[in-house]
Amino acid sequence: MPTWQLRLLRGRPGGSPRLEIYRVELPAEAYLIDAVEKIWAEQDRSLLFRHACHHASCGACGVRVNGRERLMCITPLREFSPDRPIQVEPLRHFPWLGDLLVDVSPMMRRMAEVGFAIVRQDELTADRPLPEGIERITRFEDCIECGLCLSACPVMAADEAYLGPATLAAIERMLKEPRGGDTARLLTLADDPHGAWRCHSAMECTAVCPSNVDPASAIGRLRRRLIAERFRRWIGGGR
Amino acid sequence: MKEAPRWKRASGWVDLRGRREGGLAFLLMRLTGIGLVIYLFIHLYVLRLLAQGPEAWDAFIAMAKSPLFLALDGLLILGILYHALNGVRVTLLGLGIGVPHQARLFWGVMALTLLVTAIAAYAIFTIAG
Ligand code: HEM
Ligand code: SF4
Ligand code: FES
Repeated sequence: MPTWQLRLLRGRPGGSPRLEIYRVELPAEAYLIDAVEKIWAEQDRSLLFRHACHHASCGACGVRVNGRERLMCITPLREFSPDRPIQVEPLRHFPWLGDLLVDVSPMMRRMAEVGFAIVRQDELTADRPLPEGIERITRFEDCIECGLCLSACPVMAADEAYLGPATLAAIERMLKEPRGGDTARLLTLADDPHGAWRCHSAMECTAVCPSNVDPASAIGRLRRRLIAERFRRWIGGGR
Repeated sequence: MKEAPRWKRASGWVDLRGRREGGLAFLLMRLTGIGLVIYLFIHLYVLRLLAQGPEAWDAFIAMAKSPLFLALDGLLILGILYHALNGVRVTLLGLGIGVPHQARLFWGVMALTLLVTAIAAYAIFTIAG
């Protein structure tokens, strides 16, 4: 069984963070989350990191692996060589809480403001008999609110007030299917220097998103909608 | 890690670690944009020599034909071409057009920029040199 080297960012706010090497024995079929959990279990119980589902659906385990934003639970160790350390750091552009852990509440608050996540009847199973004991099947949105896109976005680095790719994609999604929601409020939220217009098309959000949300395209569609609304106002002499 | 100082956060866009074509394209766009603004002022400053009569202008032109100056002209063409061509790319992407092809578009912009700059540099050095 190969021995993997992990170089983890360690430290607490207020102290000076440092990179520390850990060695773990795991089969090549294991994933990065297994290695980090093993370090926590066998070597240092004070290691801070987040996870829940282990299958890319909770969005909790986002980190930077060799600089790049990834979910630890779907990052296979076989991608790496045991000879070279795998560097694991916390996400950027979030308040740092220590080790690999960041405070994702600024993003979560914005998502809640938009009304995400939409939970709805699954249209694919709507008219099929439900299995015994299941009352309702709901479908969740693609976005798992992992924050990888916010961490990868260079604009997020310079503008804390930027709504960010996930939230803008959520607004676009809500506008597509408002079901009685307040679309005027969502459009106002997006039509702001820190909203849809702040994006500089660096395209990193779509490149890192593990869930095919494609926030960059969503922001583009949102802008087209905002431009159309503006024309409508001019022509209608309105509002 | 204490709360990062303001300048450090504001300069995060320069950091290319973990970023790919799109991030590189954005960084180069901003650097060439800033470069072009600086060049615009230098350009206006130089043009003011025209008001000082033919001697001042001819002296400048003689200097402008030095290889160093011609090389700087090449650099200027490189910057303008990249900025203008990527400007078209960014305008489309910003409206959600062609997002799945953004990396290929970036390499296309790069190839065209380098090709046209090479042709222009050849022309500059054969005509002026
Ligand atoms: C054909 C000519 C040009 C085109 C198509 C063009 C296009 C663009 C576009 C689309 C952007 C936005 C990029 C983004 O969202 O990040 C931009 C930014 C910029 N441009 Fe241009 N541009 C041109 C010429 C110029 C010239 C002549 C100057 C300077 C005198 C200039 C200076 C800038 C600056 C300073 C920025 C801001 C960069 C940033 O904030 O990242 N551009 N340009
Ligand atoms: S848009 Fe993608 S990268 Fe961003 S939070 Fe949602 S799932 Fe994560
Ligand atoms: S542990 Fe849930 S997404 Fe990785």
